[in-house]
Amino acid sequence: MVPLSAYVAVSAVLFLTGLLGVLIRRNFIIVLMSVEIMLNAANINLVAFSYYLESMAGQLVALFIIAIAAGEAAIGLAIIIVVFRGKISTNVDEMNLLKW
Amino acid sequence: MVVVFFTYFALASIVAGVMTVALKHPVHCGLALLALLLHVSGLFILLNAEFLWAVQVIVYAGAILVLYLFVLMLLNLKTDDRYFHSSYRYFLAPAAIGSAYVLFLLMRSPFKGAKGDAPTVAVLQDGDTYAVGIKMFSDYLLQFEIVGVFLLGAIIGAIVLAKTPKPVVDKRDR
Repeated sequence: MVPLSAYVAVSAVLFLTGLLGVLIRRNFIIVLMSVEIMLNAANINLVAFSYYLESMAGQLVALFIIAIAAGEAAIGLAIIIVVFRGKISTNVDEMNLLKW
Repeated sequence: MVVVFFTYFALASIVAGVMTVALKHPVHCGLALLALLLHVSGLFILLNAEFLWAVQVIVYAGAILVLYLFVLMLLNLKTDDRYFHSSYRYFLAPAAIGSAYVLFLLMRSPFKGAKGDAPTVAVLQDGDTYAVGIKMFSDYLLQFEIVGVFLLGAIIGAIVLAKTPKPVVDKRDR
């Protein structure tokens, strides 16, 4: 029997990995991939609690998170294509037009 | 037996996550992300969530990741470098100690709470897909519709954004 703590620990480690990726990587696509890692960590947490607390709500929220992730990936990659078309760069530090 | 599978899936997903963040070439990162998604779907199987397993494999590994790889191939990205702050070594030891403390607290915590209305035996009787479907189309119908509208908005937004714009004067030669 695997304790719930083990799932929560795995989820925490994965979430921190994704957070680190968002912070240290400068390629916009890889930053988006790190966000996907964080969403997956949240999904593990939700499904694990859903199993151990015997409720269906966690799995449903995880389903909605997957749908949101699909939308986020579509919009994010469309934005990357638009930016890449204009500037030939996917470095997040060079996308500073909105800062002014 | 479950412990063996859990250990494998957990360690493999963590390794794949670290590789996603750490590898240099973006396509390799995408493939590591694929490994991560498949191993996380294995964790879902261990938690009796077969429907989420199927959704994870089909939607995440099948659709979202292919979208990422398409864009990676389309843009033909070069490898890029990673930025560590110059004094990151000073933060390593406090971060390690803090993480170990949080893990210690996690392992001690019993996570007891009120049980819901879907015990494992009842779920296994008709299958997880049945339970998810009944719940989704009764209690969560409004959220389901909202997600549908959200996806429609995402489709329209992606099309509008990625559509070829009107030709603009480009001074540089590509």
